[in-house]
Amino acid sequence: MSNPLSPPKRKDPLTPSRLGHVPPRLRSRAAKAMAVRAGQGRFVLQVCEGCSEATYPPRDRCPHCWGELRWADQPQTAVLLAETVVRATTDNFFREHLPWRIGTVQLDAGPTAVAHLHGDVAIGDQVRMRLVLDRGGNPALFALPLKETPHMQDDPQLRVFTSAPKHRRILVTDGRTRLGQDVAQALLAAGAGTVFLGNSDPLLRHDGEEWIASTPNIDMVPLDLTDSRSVSELAGTLGGRVDIIVNTAGYVRPGGVSSGSRLATLQTAMDINAFGLLRLAQSFGPALGARSDDGVNSAAAFVDINSIYAMTGNAGFAGFAASAAARLSLVAGLRGEMASVGIRVASVLCGPIDDAWHQAVPPPKVATSRVAQAVVQVLQDGLEQVCVGDVAEDLAARWQQDPFLTIREENL
Amino acid sequence: MTRRPAAYDGVAVCCPVTVPYVRYSPETAHWWAGAALSALGERTGLGPADIDGFCFASFSSGPDSVVGMIQHLGLCPRWMDHIPTGGASGVMALRRAARAVQSGDADLVVCLAADTNQVDSFRQTLAGFSRFSQDAMYPYGFGGPNATFALITDNFMRTYGVGRESFGKLCVAQRANALSNPHALMKRPLSLDQYMSSRAISDPVHLLDCVMPCAGAEAFIVTTEEKAASLGLAAASIKATIERHNAFPEDPIQVRGGWVRDVDTLWEAAGCSPEDMDTIQFYDDYPVIVAMQMEDLGFCRKGEVAGFIDRHDFTISGSLPLNTNGGQLSAGQAGAAGGFQNVTEALRQVLGCPLGDQVPDARRALVSGFGLVNYDRGVCTGAAVLEGAT
Ligand SMILES: [Zn+2]
Repeated sequence: MSNPLSPPKRKDPLTPSRLGHVPPRLRSRAAKAMAVRAGQGRFVLQVCEGCSEATYPPRDRCPHCWGELRWADQPQTAVLLAETVVRATTDNFFREHLPWRIGTVQLDAGPTAVAHLHGDVAIGDQVRMRLVLDRGGNPALFALPLKETPHMQDDPQLRVFTSAPKHRRILVTDGRTRLGQDVAQALLAAGAGTVFLGNSDPLLRHDGEEWIASTPNIDMVPLDLTDSRSVSELAGTLGGRVDIIVNTAGYVRPGGVSSGSRLATLQTAMDINAFGLLRLAQSFGPALGARSDDGVNSAAAFVDINSIYAMTGNAGFAGFAASAAARLSLVAGLRGEMASVGIRVASVLCGPIDDAWHQAVPPPKVATSRVAQAVVQVLQDGLEQVCVGDVAEDLAARWQQDPFLTIREENL
Repeated sequence: MTRRPAAYDGVAVCCPVTVPYVRYSPETAHWWAGAALSALGERTGLGPADIDGFCFASFSSGPDSVVGMIQHLGLCPRWMDHIPTGGASGVMALRRAARAVQSGDADLVVCLAADTNQVDSFRQTLAGFSRFSQDAMYPYGFGGPNATFALITDNFMRTYGVGRESFGKLCVAQRANALSNPHALMKRPLSLDQYMSSRAISDPVHLLDCVMPCAGAEAFIVTTEEKAASLGLAAASIKATIERHNAFPEDPIQVRGGWVRDVDTLWEAAGCSPEDMDTIQFYDDYPVIVAMQMEDLGFCRKGEVAGFIDRHDFTISGSLPLNTNGGQLSAGQAGAAGGFQNVTEALRQVLGCPLGDQVPDARRALVSGFGLVNYDRGVCTGAAVLEGAT
């Protein structure tokens, strides 16, 4: 079993924070392709189109027949053959995390591989492999016990690869909505230390006020994403006390491009959905990056809840989809910047949410509680991108097969 | 069965040169290479115009390969080669140069390895070493080769019932040998107790299982017997050589090297057997690899190395003198020159001019090379039997 994680001690303001180093980052293009799948929670290896053999480490051609390789989901079981405890390193990140345990595993998929080891696995054990992302956003193999063990998530090596909410302080940007409140509730249930819930207009009443007031460990904070000063003031107040940001803000209005919409509506959508994210990133990003390796409640992640139509556009919600596309593009840029300082940037992509603005949209629509569960999963597994709900999953599958066809289907 | 390679008739190997190692050097690989050539020149009277073949190995000469090196050092060879295989580079340089000389593509080949060790070079060399290491080994704790060989050692000990004492005996013997070598970086005697209690670096690899990276250069000459005689250089002959790369990829963890595939060819071509070796100069980045070679090169059967080590004395006056200059474990590992120092030391022993103590009546030596941990194992292997004049 793993030792249960203790809440972090109050920090001595005179002790310098551990700098946000990340593990060595240089990778091949093939390894980056593996990272994309790791970020989606898949366990993949390259498989040869000619001879069907799986191969590892990532290659550009099959070593058995020189055929072309493609990524394919693989069985996750393996056996641990050998292990070592690394006690000396010249790398700044791992120096802070020694001793570090690794091993050689025989994958049931075929190849052997060097992997990070959970504290509960021993030589000869059958293990369950996970493909995770390291703090620099690169793919890594992690060997877990085959069956759940007590406090398994609290294993110190595993926690390096996740952004688990336990004991962390989390800013959820829009506490006035059902989505923001459901996310807050799910995070607290997952062990979050504190949830700061943003409120763009503290004088205006909203649904859920009583629940918020009666729930411990929630702090309502003033936050208007359309106001640069409001965002930077909150960042100044909360300072280094935010470990995870979940951006639940979204402005959804129907409308087309040539008709059925007003420019002002699109401007508001851009201001909240795209510029709001930009303001958050600019005000909170540096402080997050500085604390990415700062112990139990190190800063860990920036999660953005966005629309799946960011990938295609959407007839009937054209302006909204455009703002979602801008938002997704900004997230991609932010992901690159934050990877160099050890912060995971993730998108939770949803189809139409079951709320007042999607009344005219036919089902299926995704429940806010389901989105909240996805946020927790993204954090616990250290993911980069998940699609929630039937609509989003279907669109993503079609997009993967034929992006331009999918764009056509969503707009014609 | 592999076609039997031609004999190395008429080929002379001579003039082993070691530029004394230092732990850290502000100089470049080019400087160290020049220092080796300068020592060769002093010994033989040869100048740049006399060298028509050049074979080079280095990890730290970047961005220069052998091309940059010959212009830098003013050579005008009609044959050259660059060997990027680290610990296997000495044996490989020897075989390539020998064939070039034998075929007449060159008359006199200088084989040279040089590496510097600046304060941060070890980390830098590691960080950019190979694609598989970058993708799939270094991000796992960044333990470098210590971690890779720890996994190999852990598995080897478990599989064949070998204890740390066996490795300790090898390290202790090599240290005893090093004490007579004035250039060895390690100058104090080593006891088995000290070996056993040295601190863990990457279990089960402990501090005294690891080589000390340093700067240095090694060189030797491969030429015709006539040319060697005309220069007045004592020369050894090559009885047989082998090399093999990426053997046994199906082994989940490395328990044997490519030697196994060609060991019969080696001894058949050499016309002698392991028992005929007066000294062995085995590549020794970690003692587990020395043990593996004892099995794979035919000194004992797979799985029986613990008993073999137990029965032998590996010091210079012992039953099987091993790494008589101290090897890399006690003399230091000067990058790619670590793959050459076993060749130069074997040459010295059979030519009767060792750096330290002489193995009594040494006539035949086995040299082995092992190099390049591209990912989870050493990929390149080689071996050569050298014989001095009777
Ligand atoms: Zn194939």
